[in-house]
Amino acid sequence: MHALQEVLHAFLNLHTFTLSMPDVWAGFQVNLRMMVVAEALVLVLALALAIVRGLPGPGAKPLRVLAIAYTDFFRGTPIIIVAFFVGFGIPGLQLGYISSRSFTTYGIITLTLVYTAYVTEVYRAGIESVHASQRAAARSLGLSYWQAMRYVVIPQAVRRVVPPLLNDFVGLQKDTAIVSVIGVAEAASLSQQFSTQNGDFGSYLVAATFFILITIPLARFTDHLVAQRERRERAQAF
Amino acid sequence: MSVDGNGATPFVHLKGVSKWFGDLQVLNSVDLDVQEHDVVCLIGASGSGKSTLLRCLNLLERVEEGEIVVDGQRVTHEKVNVNELRKKIGIVFQAYNLFPHMTVLQNVMLAPRKARGFTRAGAEGQARALLRRIGLEAKADEFPDRLSGGQQQRVAIVRALAMAPKLLLLDEITSALDPQLVSDVLALVRELADTGMTMILATHEMGFAREVADKVCFLDGGVILEEGPPEQIFRDPREPRTRQFLARVLDAERMS
Repeated sequence: MHALQEVLHAFLNLHTFTLSMPDVWAGFQVNLRMMVVAEALVLVLALALAIVRGLPGPGAKPLRVLAIAYTDFFRGTPIIIVAFFVGFGIPGLQLGYISSRSFTTYGIITLTLVYTAYVTEVYRAGIESVHASQRAAARSLGLSYWQAMRYVVIPQAVRRVVPPLLNDFVGLQKDTAIVSVIGVAEAASLSQQFSTQNGDFGSYLVAATFFILITIPLARFTDHLVAQRERRERAQAF
Repeated sequence: MSVDGNGATPFVHLKGVSKWFGDLQVLNSVDLDVQEHDVVCLIGASGSGKSTLLRCLNLLERVEEGEIVVDGQRVTHEKVNVNELRKKIGIVFQAYNLFPHMTVLQNVMLAPRKARGFTRAGAEGQARALLRRIGLEAKADEFPDRLSGGQQQRVAIVRALAMAPKLLLLDEITSALDPQLVSDVLALVRELADTGMTMILATHEMGFAREVADKVCFLDGGVILEEGPPEQIFRDPREPRTRQFLARVLDAERMS
């Protein structure tokens, strides 16, 4: 019982909770910045990559292979390893501008590289779920391949993948804490710093609270979208 | 260019067209001529090659052997511009294939705007006029899933018409419809026939084929086994297989 009390006291200490709040909040703003920038980049890059993966014809094979290699590599590599490669590798290359960015920028690059691979697969599943007859109808009207993609296939695909896409974003938002390993001063690393200095763990609870305040509404919103779609589909069945 | 024996240039000309899906031959050396303003009905059992034949005409399917000419243009030529070709060959499918994320109006406006370069106002004016013609102007801003099957299919037909095609391919367009919804769709097709639209229909509606067709072709196993004017095909078919098929279909119609 004594051990439990000690742990509880260390983690649920209201005093350190309030005391560490400003530091951790300062760090969490970095997390927020990384989330927003990485998510915007991922949305665009992953869609481009998914389209490249679906390009028809033998001429596009090298591009398709490159896109597949990309997703295989970044989905298969632990994000912490990618963070090391980016955060320590790029500065080490001494390439002037790109080697002298902030840790936060390298954090964003890491998150973007990894999550683009995941989200590419999400988009691809969406594109493939649009029935071939939709493409046939569009092409039969004289629309080009790109017009059919732009106006018929992709709008339907994107609508379908919003829930799994938001799911991946919940993952991305949490993983902004992982890039602290390359020195980004974000919520997780600052709460750790505070904890080492003060000898208890209340600051971790602060960090956890911030993350939860962001991720839970997004998760509920995703659930809401899924439920809404199910209702609509059931209504259509009658 | 004269491609048939008796001097008149057919609007659609097929010569020795063959098509395989893997090892399965679905079209076997098909010859077919369609004159401008004619309506040709393709009849035959499911899997006889009717749909595939239509899909070869607008290059949704590639032909492995033979030649197809539409409006003096060789469809089977390697260098043919498929987008340009498809602008003058409309097709309507059994399952309508309207775009579910667009309103009825947007469905009809899309191709004229993007493939023909119509202005928004021009495309909208045309689309509304077409919808008025089929009595669905009030549904212009609805999404397709709010319409009945028959209404959706009529929208699909005017969507094709909005591109002002010179040839219209209709692929079993009433097969997915409840019987009471069929007549509106057929009335529209009849109206198009009266205005001189060149059409090739794959159909199971024998009564309609008999009424509207200038020529009926019976397909069996990827071959046009018999072709002729509807009176002859329906009243006095030469081929035993045609007779068999018609007897079966007419039996089924009596039962329902």
